[in-house]
Amino acid sequence: MENGVVLAMRKIGKVFPGVRALHDVDFTLRKGEIHALMGENGAGKSTLIKVLTGVYEKDAGEIYIDGEEGAITIRSPQEALSHGISPVYQEITLCPNLTVAENMYIGRTPGALVNWKQMEQKAGELLRNLNIPARPKQQLGSCSLAVQQMVAIARAVDGDCKVLILDEPTSSLDDKEVEMLFKLMRDLKARGVGIIFVTHFLEQVYAVSDRITVLRNGELVGEYEVGKLPQVELVAKMMGKELESLSVIKKDAQGGARAPETLYEAEGLSSSESRPFDFHIAKGEVNGFTGLLGSGRSESVRAIFGADRVTGGRVKVNGKPVRIAKPYDAMKHGIGYLPEDRKRDGIIADLSVRDNMILAMQVMKGFFHPISRADAEKFADEYIKALEIKTASQDTPVKSLSGGNQQKVILARWLLTHPQYLILDEPTRGIDVGTKTEIQRLVLKLAEEGMSVTFISSEIEEMLRTCSRLIVMRDRHIVGELTGGELTQEQVMHTIAGGGN
Amino acid sequence: MKKQKRLAGLTQLLVPLIALLALVLFNLIRDPGFFSVEMVANNNGDPVLKGNLISILNGASELAILAMGMTLVTAASGGQDISVGALATISASVFIKVLRGGGAIGVGTILLGFLLSCLVAMAFGAFNGTLVSVFRIQPMIATLILYTCGRSVAYWINGGASPTVDSPIVTALGGFIPGVPVPTPVLIVIAVGILFALAFRLTSLGLYMQTVGINQGAARLNGINAVGMKLLAFIILGACCSVAGIIGASRLSMVNHEQLLLDIEMDAILAVAIGGNSLGGGKFRMTGSIIGAYVIQALTTTLYAMKVPSTDIKAYKALVIILLVVIGSPVVKQKVSHLWAGIRARRAGKEAA
Repeated sequence: MENGVVLAMRKIGKVFPGVRALHDVDFTLRKGEIHALMGENGAGKSTLIKVLTGVYEKDAGEIYIDGEEGAITIRSPQEALSHGISPVYQEITLCPNLTVAENMYIGRTPGALVNWKQMEQKAGELLRNLNIPARPKQQLGSCSLAVQQMVAIARAVDGDCKVLILDEPTSSLDDKEVEMLFKLMRDLKARGVGIIFVTHFLEQVYAVSDRITVLRNGELVGEYEVGKLPQVELVAKMMGKELESLSVIKKDAQGGARAPETLYEAEGLSSSESRPFDFHIAKGEVNGFTGLLGSGRSESVRAIFGADRVTGGRVKVNGKPVRIAKPYDAMKHGIGYLPEDRKRDGIIADLSVRDNMILAMQVMKGFFHPISRADAEKFADEYIKALEIKTASQDTPVKSLSGGNQQKVILARWLLTHPQYLILDEPTRGIDVGTKTEIQRLVLKLAEEGMSVTFISSEIEEMLRTCSRLIVMRDRHIVGELTGGELTQEQVMHTIAGGGN
Repeated sequence: MKKQKRLAGLTQLLVPLIALLALVLFNLIRDPGFFSVEMVANNNGDPVLKGNLISILNGASELAILAMGMTLVTAASGGQDISVGALATISASVFIKVLRGGGAIGVGTILLGFLLSCLVAMAFGAFNGTLVSVFRIQPMIATLILYTCGRSVAYWINGGASPTVDSPIVTALGGFIPGVPVPTPVLIVIAVGILFALAFRLTSLGLYMQTVGINQGAARLNGINAVGMKLLAFIILGACCSVAGIIGASRLSMVNHEQLLLDIEMDAILAVAIGGNSLGGGKFRMTGSIIGAYVIQALTTTLYAMKVPSTDIKAYKALVIILLVVIGSPVVKQKVSHLWAGIRARRAGKEAA
């Protein structure tokens, strides 16, 4: 192994039934280095981490670790630990009702007896060394989340830790706490620990990392030194677009020419999941929220629909002030919402295609006005034909349809309510290319007929093709708005990366 | 095509129907006259129907009514209410209390008694429902409270061991209406059944309950008040408890707070399960639960007819139930459908050759 390299993963492959999660991925971690692992959803980050920590067994490739001859095998998290690979996960996996010292040493004391005094002494030393503001005898639950996170890290690095894995450690911390955590990371780096840092916050990557490895669709895009990779290029690599190959798509200025009659307007709208933001959409307009995963785009549209607890803001529909606190309120004002997680939030798995389609319409009509069986069959037939849904019959449980057809069923559910404003969150995720274009064409057709549509997609081309205005989000804030000639991939990436105009 | 669809819908009812058929056949072979029904004169000289078939139909009345309500609670909440026996006893006590209020017992008194009993039972149902829907306590734990204390509450209401009433109307409620040869409880079951059928036809009760039971989060995103639906299920079950309790009390013209409808909650849950409904909630078929109730009662009546000592009956019942539950389990169902597919494939292969 090269000098200074603490971990080398070579040509790692992992296949799940029907999916190639990792293919030929190389990853190299050097001593005393903070190495960010980046990629969009489904890029293979967590699979790679799970292979390294023994949660999954790899199907191909080799793993080498400093100080050990030849390739090592990791079949369980315990084996990973014995090789000096310690993960700290996003949600804290310690026991809040035990003391800090107990949390640091529980399950790691040799034999059945515990020398409490020695344990507390050792814990105290380590905490002091790492400048962690916690006392060994303190209950862990009484510490702030950041300190708990740091205790988890102290537990992980105690002993012979060569590789520390931090999986989204900052997602529930505020700015000051993040700074505390970074200081600890730099301390550990100075002691020669190699740190793998998984996060989706771009700024944090640039604040603390030395190197970046980017994965996409289970393949290695490349390894870069932080100083030599501008943010915009990182975004491009994560999204799979080389900057120089980006063609400028001229969008016809359709959106601007239309009568700017506002349908929906929100001022300072916020929910339990989203920060306050302003938003508006005109009649017949197609706009979209874009940004990387976790940028807050889904949370924003959920706030519009009242899907999460709405905490503030003023909302107007057709110029009249209204209150939208729950989905039913939004539906009454003609708003439909196709959720991002089709399986969890969309389909009623065991119910038939027909029942799934008429659900929202039934709710609009009210509990005491059930849609007759004959009408329901007629509606279902009509939309199965119109959207070309492939199903054995209307009585088939929706769970036995393919993903794309399930999505069309939910789309039909909302179209049946004749909404004036339809929100589509990732309607094309995980469905085949043919269906994707069908759905895009449908969106444009609906807009022509006067419906307003907000569209979210991870695929930037899709957004550019369908939207006349893009709201760009990053780290849960709106950082820009692009219309007309600005609607290019390059511009979107610049805005996401913080370049602005 | 149409026929095939209807058949697919019936598969859920296959196991309870086969069980019922097997019990009928078993009895017919054992005693060809088992199901013979005759018209006899009762103590009052009125002609009434008599026979094992009638006693099965009559005896299952309380269970069938509770099973209907239990089906809704199971569907919407994915759990079961184990307090139905206790709640039925409370409602019966309220009913008897009103009747013992003094004065002659007329139809008006009975109606008032039913109304009050029903309201009290629905209020207790709402209590259970609130614990489950608002406080998200597991249904079995939430209803354990009323299961534990319900019979004491029933005792307090009348302040006596077993208060009795003496009224021909009450006797008629638990027995026969003069001139009508069919037992009144059977008629009440039919009435409750019709009410449910109407509710399913005139409202979206079925669709909402199933949606909430399958995916509460998605139900909310489609504008359904999931909390309200679960609450409603428990309130409806409360009303069912009231009707069942009144039938039970009317049979003996008294309330024995310790014995009335004892352990019926377990039979009600069993009826739902035998009916092919998932106890985890979601999709349901109320017809299945009703058939399930009659299967359980037919089994009991059969065992009695076979002169099995009453101390042993529960053990024999358990044996049959093990069989039914295993046959109805997803593992066996899957195996059978695999086997069936294999046979069909082989037959098709032969025909081709």
